[in-house]
Amino acid sequence: MADQVLDAKGLNCPLPILKAKKALKSLEGGNTLEVQSTDPGSVADFAAFCRTTGNELVEQKEEGGVWTYLIRKTG
Amino acid sequence: MSSTELKPGIDPNTMSIIVTKGSLDWAYPPFILSTTAAAMGLDVTMFFTFYGLPLLMKDLKLQVSSLGNPAMKMPMMGMHMGMPNLVSAIPGVDAAASKMMKNLIKKKGVASIPELRELAVEADVRMIACQMTLDLFEYSKDDMIEGIEIGGAATYIEVATQSHINLFI
Repeated sequence: MADQVLDAKGLNCPLPILKAKKALKSLEGGNTLEVQSTDPGSVADFAAFCRTTGNELVEQKEEGGVWTYLIRKTG
Repeated sequence: MSSTELKPGIDPNTMSIIVTKGSLDWAYPPFILSTTAAAMGLDVTMFFTFYGLPLLMKDLKLQVSSLGNPAMKMPMMGMHMGMPNLVSAIPGVDAAASKMMKNLIKKKGVASIPELRELAVEADVRMIACQMTLDLFEYSKDDMIEGIEIGGAATYIEVATQSHINLFI
């Protein structure tokens, strides 16, 4: 279970990333954020976001057009 | 030093964008990239010049034009429709196309430009308004949003020498 859940469903690029960044900012290091998105572009974008920022993409899955990403804040 | 190596002192997480266009459609690339780069930990500077300058105005009246824009095809009635230049030139057509575009933006969950600009300000994106353009088109700094700086070509070039990524939009 994530420490915080962000519902970014219905939002288009770059809003899911921008909102995820904001949510991560308020998290303690080591805690996790779950992001839900309906944007197919979010698959490549969350991978790139996590690689660049060093946050850990722990898990991702897709179900019925909704992508769920579990991100652990590092540092 | 090979050409792929960074000059000493340049932080790879830095970006600058020269913003030269201010129509509703062209306002998107610079604000999407600046907000996203800032979210990914980059220091971002935007330099607003010529027609890009009005994007800093408090009161945004953004419009799109299909005139001379054959690639602009809107999804309508299950197909994509462009507009012949002769029709685009009729008064009111730009306003209608702009309204249509704004409806589409809302419907598809795309951020509005005021929203993205606000997020850019929140993310401490540095915004520089071109002094020459202010003079040329008779704008005042009072017309612009809070927190921007004023500068010229040398101000931008200094930023560019310290930025790893420099874009012109």
